[in-house]
Amino acid sequence: MTNVNMEMIPETTGRKRRGPLAEVLFRLRKSPLAMFGLVVILLLAFLAIFADVLAPYPYQKQHLQHMFEGPSAEFWLGTDEFGRDILSRLIYGARVSLQVGFIAVGIALFVGGMLGAVAGYYGGRIDNVIMRVMDVLLSIPQTLLAIAIAAALGPGLFNMMIAVGISAVPNYARIVRGSVLSIRGMEFIEAARSVGSSDMRIILKHIIPNSMAPIIVQSTLGVASAILNAAGLSFIGLGIQPPFPEWGAMLSGGRQYIRDFPHLTLYPGLAIMVTILALNFLGDGLRDALDPKLKR
Amino acid sequence: MTDNNKPYIRVENLKKYFHTKHGMLHAVDDVSFHIEKGETLGLVGESGCGKSTLGRCLIRLLESTAGSVFLQNESGDSYTDLTKVSASVMKDLRRRVQIVFQDPYSCLNPRLSVWELIAEPLIVNRVFSNTQDMRRRILELMSTVGLAERLENSYPHELDGGRRQRIGIARSLALNPEFIVLDEPVSALDVCIQAQILNLLNELQREFHYTYVFISHNLSVVKHVSDRIAVMYLGQIVELSGYKELFIKPLHPYTQALLSAIPVAKLDVQKERIILEGDVPSPIEPPDACRFMGRCQYCQDICRSRTPELKEIEPGHYVACHFAGEVGL
Amino acid sequence: MEQANRNERDLLLDIRDLTIQYRTDNGVVHAVGGLNLQLGRGESLGLVGETGAGKTTTALGIMGLIPSPPGVVTSGQIFFEGEDLLTKSETEMRDVRGGKIAMIFQDPMTSLNPVMTVDRQIAEMIRLHRNVSDAESLTLAGDMLELVGIRRERMHDYPHQFSGGMKQRVVIAIALACDPGLLIADEPTTALDVTIQAQVLELMKRLKIQFNASMILITHDLGIVADICDKVAIMYAGRVVEYADKRALYTHPLHPYTIGLFNSVPDLDEDREELAVIPGLMPDPMDLPTGCTFHPRCEMAVEDCAKLRPEMAELEPGHFVACPVRARMLGAAQGR
Repeated sequence: MTNVNMEMIPETTGRKRRGPLAEVLFRLRKSPLAMFGLVVILLLAFLAIFADVLAPYPYQKQHLQHMFEGPSAEFWLGTDEFGRDILSRLIYGARVSLQVGFIAVGIALFVGGMLGAVAGYYGGRIDNVIMRVMDVLLSIPQTLLAIAIAAALGPGLFNMMIAVGISAVPNYARIVRGSVLSIRGMEFIEAARSVGSSDMRIILKHIIPNSMAPIIVQSTLGVASAILNAAGLSFIGLGIQPPFPEWGAMLSGGRQYIRDFPHLTLYPGLAIMVTILALNFLGDGLRDALDPKLKR
Repeated sequence: MTDNNKPYIRVENLKKYFHTKHGMLHAVDDVSFHIEKGETLGLVGESGCGKSTLGRCLIRLLESTAGSVFLQNESGDSYTDLTKVSASVMKDLRRRVQIVFQDPYSCLNPRLSVWELIAEPLIVNRVFSNTQDMRRRILELMSTVGLAERLENSYPHELDGGRRQRIGIARSLALNPEFIVLDEPVSALDVCIQAQILNLLNELQREFHYTYVFISHNLSVVKHVSDRIAVMYLGQIVELSGYKELFIKPLHPYTQALLSAIPVAKLDVQKERIILEGDVPSPIEPPDACRFMGRCQYCQDICRSRTPELKEIEPGHYVACHFAGEVGL
Repeated sequence: MEQANRNERDLLLDIRDLTIQYRTDNGVVHAVGGLNLQLGRGESLGLVGETGAGKTTTALGIMGLIPSPPGVVTSGQIFFEGEDLLTKSETEMRDVRGGKIAMIFQDPMTSLNPVMTVDRQIAEMIRLHRNVSDAESLTLAGDMLELVGIRRERMHDYPHQFSGGMKQRVVIAIALACDPGLLIADEPTTALDVTIQAQVLELMKRLKIQFNASMILITHDLGIVADICDKVAIMYAGRVVEYADKRALYTHPLHPYTIGLFNSVPDLDEDREELAVIPGLMPDPMDLPTGCTFHPRCEMAVEDCAKLRPEMAELEPGHFVACPVRARMLGAAQGR
C-alpha cells in the first residue's frame, strides 16, 4: 500500500549512463573549439613523448654550412644561427614547455589547493592568516615573483618549474577556498551530516567533487600562463640553459636576427601562440562541459 | 497518546543564540515543550521566527546554547539529553532522529545518483556488510517512497521537485528512525505535488508509527498534518494546543492575526481580517517584554515590562500572553 | 453570443491565439500554445496555474519582454485598447511599458536597484512617461510612497533599509506611479510572510479601486484569487482550460484539472486524512501530449481526448471550459 504512487509517475527519458569522464568528453564534443584545443594538446604531447623518433635531427646537431637557411625540403622550418634544425628544436622544446606547464601547475595546485581548502574549510583565524599571506603575494606581479624566485634558485629546468609554480600558488589558493566555501554552506552538506557522515567523508565525497569544475578550468588556463611565464624566464636567461631548446629561449636567441631572419623567432612564437590558444579553448570548453546542470 | 508524564521528547529551556555584528541574535529563546510518541507536532511561524533553528537543535544538527532535549531511550523508562551526549553517542543516535529538508533542489549533492544518495546513510553507518542486502534495502526504500526502480541511476537535476523530495525522504527513512523533523518539506512544491507528498508522509506515519515535527509557514498544511500545533514568534512559542482548539479558539493575539490572514480558497467566508501593523521586530537583543507588544492591539503596560510565560490556560492549551483568554474572543 | 459579449464588456485587453515558444538546442519549449484571454476595463483577473503552466511567459508576452532568443511569439494578437501590441515597434512598446501597462515581479528584493534611493526610482519612472520637472517628479514620488503606506521621511532611504513587505510596497508605488490602465502582478506576495501578505493584498485591493486600474494577478494560490479577483482563468500546459467569473468557478468548477486543483489544497474547515491528488506530473513542455494536454492525467478522459485539441466553449453564460467531455455531459443533462 505504500507504493500506490508508483504507477502515477510517468516514464521519463531513459538516458544511457556513461562514466563521468565519457560524459565530459561527450559534452566537450559539442564545442568544436574545445575539440580543436584538445587535439592540438594531444598532438603536442605525442610529439614531445616521441621526440627522439620524430625529430628529423638531434636538437644540438649543428649544420654549419646551412646557417640561417629558410624553410627547405631538408630543413622544413629552416635553421638557426648555428645551423640547427628549427623543427627538431621545436619538437624537443614541446617536451620542456609541456613539462613546465603541467608540472608547474601541479605544484601550484597542490600547494595552493591545500592552503585554500584548509582556509575554506576551517575558516576563522587560520583562514585569515593564510589568505592575508596570499594577498601579499598577489600584490606582486606574477612574472616578477617568478623572476625573483628563479634568480634565487638559479637557472635550470627544475628550478624554473618551482619558480613558475610557486608564483601561481595564490591564484589557486583563492579559487579553491572560494569553491570550498560556497560548497560548505550548501544544504546537502548539512544533509550529509544529518545522516551521520564524518568530516572526512564530507570533504572527499561532497566538497571536493563539487568544487572540481572551477579548479580544472583554472588549471587548464593556468598551464597556458605557466608556459608563457617559463618562456619569459628562458627569454631573460633564467630558465633552460643552452643548448637545450625551449621555446622562450629560442625566441630570445633569434631576437638579434629578427630583421634579417624572422623565421628564427616566427616559428617558436607561433608554437607558443597555438599552444596557449589551444589550452584556452580547451579550458573554456571544459567549463561548460563540467557543469552538471547543462547536461542533456 | 501515551501518559503525559512520560512523553517521547521533552524540551526544556532550549536556547540558541548566534553572535552577530550587532549583538546576540536570539533565534530560539527559552523554549519548553514535549512531544508524544507517534504524534505530529506542527511548528508554525513566519520567516525568521526560529522554527527551523529549533528543528535543527532538536536533532542536534546545531549545538544549542543552553537547555536540554531529552529523548526517551528505547526501553522507554529513561531519557538521554541529546544536547549533552558525546559525538560518538550522537552518531549512534543519528539513526533514531532524522530530518527532511525544505529545498529539494539544494539538499541533494548534484554529483551523486539517486542510488548513491539513498545509499549514503547506509554506507556511513555501516548497516550492511554485503552489497546484496544493501541493494535490496535501497530498492525497498525507493518503492516505499514511490520512486520507480529505473530512476536509480538518475541525477537530482534530471528529476522534478516532487521526486527529489521523495529522495530526501528515502534518505531519512533509510536508518529506520523513530523521530523525523520535517523542515518545510512541501513549501517548494506545487499544490498538486504537495498533496502527493503530504499523503505519502501520512501513509508512512501510519505504517511505521513515526513521530514528526512538521515545520511550515503554511497554516493550512500544518493543520492538515498535525495533532498539536505550536505557534512561534521571534524565537518563542506563543501558543501550543491541539490543532482543532487552535483553529477554533486561538487565544494569543498573534495566532488570531495569523489565522485571519490565511487566504482561503472559498467565497463568502465571513471573517474579520486582523491586519497587523508593521513588521516582525529584530531578534537581536530583544528586551524583557512580550515580543509581540509592538504589533499587538491589546498591548498594556505589563506587556512592555515582562515576558509572558507559556501557561496552561485550558487542559493541553498553552498560551504565552498576560491576557490570555481575555482578549480578542 | 461571444462576440456580443465582447462588445458589451468594453474590453481593455484581448489576447487571441497567442503562441510563444522557446527554441533551445534541445528542442522547442511550448510555453504558451494558443492562448485566448479577455479582460474588461476595471476588472481584475486571476491567472492561476502551477509552475511551468506558462503564466509568467504570458505576462512577459503582453509586456513585449520575451527574451529573444530563444523566445519567439509565433502567432496571435494582443489587443490592448484596440491596438495590437505585437505589431508595435520597440520604441512604441517602451511608452506602453510602465506608462500604460505596469508589472510587479515576484521578488521585491531583486526588482529594485540597490544603489538608488526609492524616491529616485519612483521619480525616474514618472519622468520617463510624463513631462514633469525633476523637483515635481520627486514630490510626486513622495506622494506615491504615502499612498502605499510608507512615511514621507523614508523616501530618501535605500531599498536595503526596508523590509520585504515594505520593498514590495515600493515596487507597487513604482508600478502605479504613471497611473497605468493595466497592472500585471506576477506572484506579488509569494516571497512574503502571511501577515505581511495580508497587508500587501489589502493595499492592492484599495489601490485598484482608487486608480480604477485593471489587473492581472498571476498566482498559484486559489485563496488569494478568492480574495481580490473578479474573474479567474486556470492555465495548464500553456493554455487556458477554464475561464469564468470568480463565483461560478469557485462554486462549480467544470474542468477536471480545476476540480483536481481545488481538491489538492488542504481545507481549513474540514478534516481529511487523505488529500485527493491529480495523478502524475505536469507534462514536459518540450513534449506535450497530443490532443488535450491534460488527458494522460484525467479521470474523465475518453478516446477522443488524445486526438482532438479541445477548444474553449461557453458551457454556461460567461463560463468557458476547454473540455468536450464535460460539454457533452452538460448538454445531455440539459437535454433531459
